[in-house]
Amino acid sequence: MSAALDVAQVSHRFGQRAALSDVSITVERGRFMALLGPNGAGKTTLFSVITRLYNNQEGRVSILGHPLDREPSRALARLGVVFQARTLDTDLTVAQNLHYHASLHGIARKAARVRIESLLARVGLSERRDDKIRTLSGGQSRRIEIARSLIHEPRLLLLDEPTVGLDLESRADIVAIVRALVREEGLSVLWATHIFEEISPEDDAVVLHKGRIVARGKAGEIGAPGETLEAAFRRLVSEPGKPTGKVAA
Amino acid sequence: MSVPTNPAVAAPADAGVKPVPHAGRLDAVGYLIALGGIVRRELLRFFNQKERFFSALVRPLVWLFIFAAGFRNTLGVSITPPYETYVLYEVYVVPGLAVMIQLFNGMQSSLSMVYDREVGSMKVLLTSPYPRWLLLLAKLIAGVCVSIVQAYAFLAIAYFWETDIPTIGYLAALPAFLAAGMMLGAIGLFLSSLVRQLENFASVMNFVIFPMFFASSALYPLWRIRESSDTLYWICQANPFTHAVELVRFALYGKFEPLSFAVVVGTGLLFFTLAVIAYDPGRGIMARRGGPAGETP
Repeated sequence: MSAALDVAQVSHRFGQRAALSDVSITVERGRFMALLGPNGAGKTTLFSVITRLYNNQEGRVSILGHPLDREPSRALARLGVVFQARTLDTDLTVAQNLHYHASLHGIARKAARVRIESLLARVGLSERRDDKIRTLSGGQSRRIEIARSLIHEPRLLLLDEPTVGLDLESRADIVAIVRALVREEGLSVLWATHIFEEISPEDDAVVLHKGRIVARGKAGEIGAPGETLEAAFRRLVSEPGKPTGKVAA
Repeated sequence: MSVPTNPAVAAPADAGVKPVPHAGRLDAVGYLIALGGIVRRELLRFFNQKERFFSALVRPLVWLFIFAAGFRNTLGVSITPPYETYVLYEVYVVPGLAVMIQLFNGMQSSLSMVYDREVGSMKVLLTSPYPRWLLLLAKLIAGVCVSIVQAYAFLAIAYFWETDIPTIGYLAALPAFLAAGMMLGAIGLFLSSLVRQLENFASVMNFVIFPMFFASSALYPLWRIRESSDTLYWICQANPFTHAVELVRFALYGKFEPLSFAVVVGTGLLFFTLAVIAYDPGRGIMARRGGPAGETP
């Protein structure tokens, strides 16, 4: 059975600068993979390549066995995305935003309505259905974005630093929702972050630094024996001559 | 409830994946659902922004009620097609002002594309599984629907200003407004791919909207322009906005202007093609300029 996401030897340049160099990542079905990297490591570029905002210049990307270059529609039909930037229409209501997204996937209004009700219940925001997005808190907006990314029942979910700027409680809510999706529905997740508390030792993890994968494996096994994931990460992304005490956030 | 199965879901590569009852469809019906959703969103946004609706109406009404009234005695228009009699300047200027609404709306849509790109909601549109040119076309059609609502609201008010438009003309002008709106929207769409940041949009006003509007037949008939400058006359003739105005002007009086139709459709297709290339993930702006902060040079 094909992997949920197969990124094979992908390189991407912006002019002279290589944003990604020979990146290979495989997210197995039903697995949670953490993509770790400091700011500017290439995480967002990688997400843009996987979501086909940019064509991958070198290498291949397949989603559930559908190559992105030859079968973009089939690949994107099974992909849900939560972008780093907030992408909801603040002047529209929760339901209007979700219906819009459902229509972008060809889901008729009647079917969408049922799906939206169940997803809003899932993220605990049923009562906010008819409220404008601008009245929601940051954490609630994020939960709506997760609901939105699930409307077309994707089997692979990409989240680009979804908890940035949220308080601890909202962050925990979002991690719990996504982990439940993996556990209960077998969803495959690629979660870009640099917040180590969001990662469990059993998760798959890759560390991206300056556009290259510098470590991969089970999150609990990436460091040397006795070394925490955070310490291993700092060591991996430190540059010679640069203090290693603080991870770029 | 039965929801048609997505062909993508049944593909062999997905073998072993549990059924997806709510997955959309990737066929023509699915596309129409997407088109409907994009149009609905654009209309909701438009009606939510009441000030946008009123400012779109105020601009041409100021021209009509103040500018045209002032020039009424100095700028009488002699018999020139499609008019069969002498007409008052207010009558002459109405079609141009209606298409001016579409011009501003096309640029406004383009502005909102730049905004969408900056805030990221453009990414949401472009990750839809439908071909990108169909998504851009839907975005274009959505903008045109908004501009047509505005143009007819203006015509409804202008009706009480003795504009002498035959009733059939309002109906006949619909396809003309559609074609003109598509052309102006396509120009806006293409411009949105060139404008990197919202702040740069003021230059679009200066270098696109004003020259297009003033160097056209919207405010004065071209024969009058020719009297003062032959060069300016030819510039106005080459301006696609002139042809959008004439197409609508003729249609409002139940007539068809084939040259204007050809120019409007041809220009619309040209700029739409350029916009599709500009938004192509491999070739266009998204690939060249769209790199995330910190990851681009």
